[in-house]
Amino acid sequence: MKLAFGLLGGCLLAFVLWPLLQTVFSTSPQELWATIQDPQVRGAIGLTFYASAIATGIALLTGVPLAYLLARHDFPGKGFIQGLIDLPIVVPHTAAGIALLLVFGRQGLLGKAFGKVGIRFVSSVPGIVIAMLFVSMPFLVNAAREGFSAVDERLEQAARTLGASPWAAFRRVALPLAKRSILSGTILMWARGLSEFGAVVILAYHPMVAPVLLYERFESYGLSYARPVAVWILLTSLGVFLALRAVAGRRGR
Amino acid sequence: MIGAPLALEVLEVQAGAFRLVGIDLAVRAGGYLVILGPTGAGKTLLLETVAGLRRPRRGRILLDGADITSLPPEKRNIGYVFQDYALFPHLSVFENIAFGLRLRRLPRGELVRRVRGMAQLLGIEKLLPRGIESLSGGERQRVALARALVLSPRALLLDEPLSALDPARRRELQQVLKELHRALSPTVLHVTHDFEEAVALGEEVAVLLRGKLAQVGTPEEVFRRPATPEVAEFVGARNVFFGEVSPDGRRFKVDGKGFEVVSELSGPAHAVVRPEDILVSLSPIASSARNCLRGKVVGIEERGPLVYVTVNVPPLFTAAITRESLSELRLQEGMEVYISFKASAVHVF
Repeated sequence: MKLAFGLLGGCLLAFVLWPLLQTVFSTSPQELWATIQDPQVRGAIGLTFYASAIATGIALLTGVPLAYLLARHDFPGKGFIQGLIDLPIVVPHTAAGIALLLVFGRQGLLGKAFGKVGIRFVSSVPGIVIAMLFVSMPFLVNAAREGFSAVDERLEQAARTLGASPWAAFRRVALPLAKRSILSGTILMWARGLSEFGAVVILAYHPMVAPVLLYERFESYGLSYARPVAVWILLTSLGVFLALRAVAGRRGR
Repeated sequence: MIGAPLALEVLEVQAGAFRLVGIDLAVRAGGYLVILGPTGAGKTLLLETVAGLRRPRRGRILLDGADITSLPPEKRNIGYVFQDYALFPHLSVFENIAFGLRLRRLPRGELVRRVRGMAQLLGIEKLLPRGIESLSGGERQRVALARALVLSPRALLLDEPLSALDPARRRELQQVLKELHRALSPTVLHVTHDFEEAVALGEEVAVLLRGKLAQVGTPEEVFRRPATPEVAEFVGARNVFFGEVSPDGRRFKVDGKGFEVVSELSGPAHAVVRPEDILVSLSPIASSARNCLRGKVVGIEERGPLVYVTVNVPPLFTAAITRESLSELRLQEGMEVYISFKASAVHVF
């Protein structure tokens, strides 16, 4: 049985790995070198990393407290909120982009409000950030919630009897103990934001993030022009993802 | 450190469908009160309420005369040693003990001095740099005690502090608790289901049954004159004796009778024999290591797989025997029998 299962699983792994490797190895070093000299490619990759990092930062500030509340308290509507958090995972991301556009677009309520302080979301970096935030937030909130749930509430109570305010108990006990989960959720969310295309393309075709640039190259010039860009996106995302995982793993121990 | 007087006035606490009602208790400054009750009697709930982790529906909690009922736990300065210890797994032993001191922003030198001092008192100095995961149950218990006591709490709450330990460690820690109480005299509220523990440590015992206080008194009063049949049932079927140990520590005298013991104590003491350690026979068993006493069967009570036979020597002894032995011996009330138990099976304290 072990053998049969291994073969079945192996097929799936090959299905994922083969195309990725083929893409990388069918591209010559010269092509790669020429592509990375292209300021548009470099700009797009940099922007993608940057925008996703900002989105992740916003989610850390707002999503971690939410995750803590969900892990520690029962309140009416909790199931509904939990469903709401998972919603971005199941809706088509282009639909998410349209929905965001309705609220954050020039005629949208929040779009108008932010417009007054000079922040606009259509065809701009803030638009990319909210698109990424919308679709990748569940990864961080869910990981943080699981992390907090795994922390025994007794430990926080013990901290309280030792003189800790609720905030001090959170900061000195719950947070450090859930740190690993939060960190892995952060990395996951950030990586998910990097790869977002559907929601971003609706709100902001320009400035171009890497997936949009790749799409444009493919549409306008064809496969051979798109391929080296794809390789760079693959390599950089994978590289940073692995580096962060390694750092998080070491610090968690 | 001297504890403050603690008083609970007609406290009522609700937790789901369970309720503590009419809890009226007072412990003098530096006193040691044991709350004795079976599992599910509401003992932990009561401690949580005193610690401030739960709000009572009614009643007041007074510490040193001040009403602390609505104070949050961090403002009460009441130490709480949890049943599962609740040590912080991400901190070393040192940092666990220092946790409360750090919150109080103690200067570094003072902090180290106090953590070391408390660790020394509990004999865990060598463990200070270690992590929590590597500690044994007894060591964890000491760390939890040190973590609470280092803050000089006005009162100390102990939730089944000995129940998770093996018998040898339990006796050792019982002694530690006694010495700590003597040295630091905090006001202690100690919760247990173990009558022996209550007798050994408590100046006073409060019996808690199904959310209500059934009796409050000295251990001897509770044992000798149970206020209700329920208390009698709960503390009964246990051989607890209040008597005197001979100067050489070899003999225990109670009700004019005596039996052999092995003890380092002498003078007034308690002795306990487990019902399972007592044999019942129709003729005397001759053995130098055994006590053999004659008495009359005054009660036979079947409980689960065991049968509890009460024999009046006097004093009253209760032996636990199997159903097979019961039918083999054809025991009946009023029969004369012999009970025997090893001198080493008697726990003197």
